[in-house]
Amino acid sequence: MPETTPDSNDGVQIDLISGSRMAGLRSMEKIRLILDGVREGNIVILEEGLSPDEESKLIEVTMTEISPDDFSGIEIESYPRAETADQSFLDRLMGRESTKKLTVIGPANQIETLHKDEQLISALVSRK
Amino acid sequence: MGLITNLKDSISRVTDRLFASAEPKRIGIYGPPNAGKTTLANRIARDWTGDAIGPESHVPHETRRARRKEGVDIERNGRSVTIDIVDTPGVTTKVDYKEFLDHDMEKDDAIRRSREATEGVAEAMHWLREDVDGVIYVLDSTSDPFTQVNTMLIGIIESRELPVLIFANKTDLEESDVQRVADAFPDHETVPLSALEGNNMDEVYDKIAEYFG
Repeated sequence: MPETTPDSNDGVQIDLISGSRMAGLRSMEKIRLILDGVREGNIVILEEGLSPDEESKLIEVTMTEISPDDFSGIEIESYPRAETADQSFLDRLMGRESTKKLTVIGPANQIETLHKDEQLISALVSRK
Repeated sequence: MGLITNLKDSISRVTDRLFASAEPKRIGIYGPPNAGKTTLANRIARDWTGDAIGPESHVPHETRRARRKEGVDIERNGRSVTIDIVDTPGVTTKVDYKEFLDHDMEKDDAIRRSREATEGVAEAMHWLREDVDGVIYVLDSTSDPFTQVNTMLIGIIESRELPVLIFANKTDLEESDVQRVADAFPDHETVPLSALEGNNMDEVYDKIAEYFG
């Protein structure tokens, strides 16, 4: 089925990115994929989230891209990280961190978190 | 006899050198904007060195560069702990210069401040990944601690296996809720304090010595 190109005035585009797609990317490629989407005004939903190190880099790169009247940063929400008890000792030893947590990222001026708890994230998304 | 004396001297020299070369731990003071990080950094620096680190303000992002105070000697229970304090800009995922216009700032000044703030946050993240040995995470105990930035930063700190103390600041305010902070981060020790009023600083220094000494 061919991809359609939406008219940006019609609404808000939501990109749901699968864990398997992200798994094939390097850290900076993931961050670029997220920020390119968000800077176009899209809401990006990651099936499996980012690692703590990638989250740290996402904040850092976001800061370098903020510019007045153009891009004021991101709003990001995810469920609290699963307890490390879920991981085996070998996983922790090998640096295989559990990052499977649904994550929602959008432009700071278009998405507002209304409510968040361990089981529900409620957000208000507006057009540009 | 001479051999034993020489051996003792050698051991003594080695241990002296080991302790002398132990560099002070760099302790990063992290947290969201307006949590009172600089007020705390100044309180610690003034108490133990007599000097302040930087200006405090109610306007968010007053601290826009990581500031370092080296060689702060904290004495507890007959022991001395030496730390370098790194006061970092408040971490956030967004900075909008328009927020500064509400603080009687001209547009040009607000834009300059927001640009400096973004650079400061990026610098703070870099310090966290590369250059700190431990973290004091400061939260405003009158505010909701369950924010994404707090969750992410604690996650980042944990993933780097850095020792961390949570400081529930602003206990002098009526709306302060220390238990809410403790409940948000049950895996870490929460210490209540008012950096502004200097309340509970004895426990603060006990814990700093215990965690980072």
